[in-house]
Amino acid sequence: MKVEIRARAFAPWEELAEHQAHLPPGSYGACAAFVGSMRDFNEGERVTAMTLEHYAGMTERQLRQLTGDAARRHGLLDALVVHRVGALQPNEPIVLVAAWSAHRAAAFAACAEIMESLKSRATFWKKESTPGGERWVEKNTPGANIE
Amino acid sequence: MSVRIKCFASLRQRLGIGQTELAHRRGMTIGDAWRALSEEPPPENLLCARNLEYADLQQAVEDGDEIAFFPPVTGG
Repeated sequence: MKVEIRARAFAPWEELAEHQAHLPPGSYGACAAFVGSMRDFNEGERVTAMTLEHYAGMTERQLRQLTGDAARRHGLLDALVVHRVGALQPNEPIVLVAAWSAHRAAAFAACAEIMESLKSRATFWKKESTPGGERWVEKNTPGANIE
Repeated sequence: MSVRIKCFASLRQRLGIGQTELAHRRGMTIGDAWRALSEEPPPENLLCARNLEYADLQQAVEDGDEIAFFPPVTGG
């Protein structure tokens, strides 16, 4: 299991391939991945840039906990979480979540669960730059329903 | 005998406090730490942490603790 916070732009699909290359060949039958990236609009306004603030120390701890919990619950073979911080431009990846398991159900479920837990618990905050000035994002959009 | 306090995001900007220290007092709670920072009542959506774990305002503060206050998280 790997959890990382990055201050610079990253290439999610290369990260995923690189991580998967270290798994024992033939050990997994499924990989589910989610990539979140920055839009250039939000709440009806153009967004020209974004800053992601985080609570260093607590963020890593929360991410490790919630990823480990989901991995245990769903019997994952491995999981990878990479999240950006700092100054972002539109279209840059914000987050990568990938889950490997023997069969698809566990990978799908764990990937969604890690993402939803991250949205509600991991200590990141978005600030958007718009033509009208800077504004903090006050709440997340609704996500997947996790049973 | 001190407690480290951190504030984040919109709350950090509104209070004008990123990081500060408070003297520790016996029986101190996280709510007491908030009252030492601001005359405002705690916002309804206020989140807090003690030593990097989520906590609530009633929780006790020990000498040397790190207490953090922040708004709802918006990562991902």
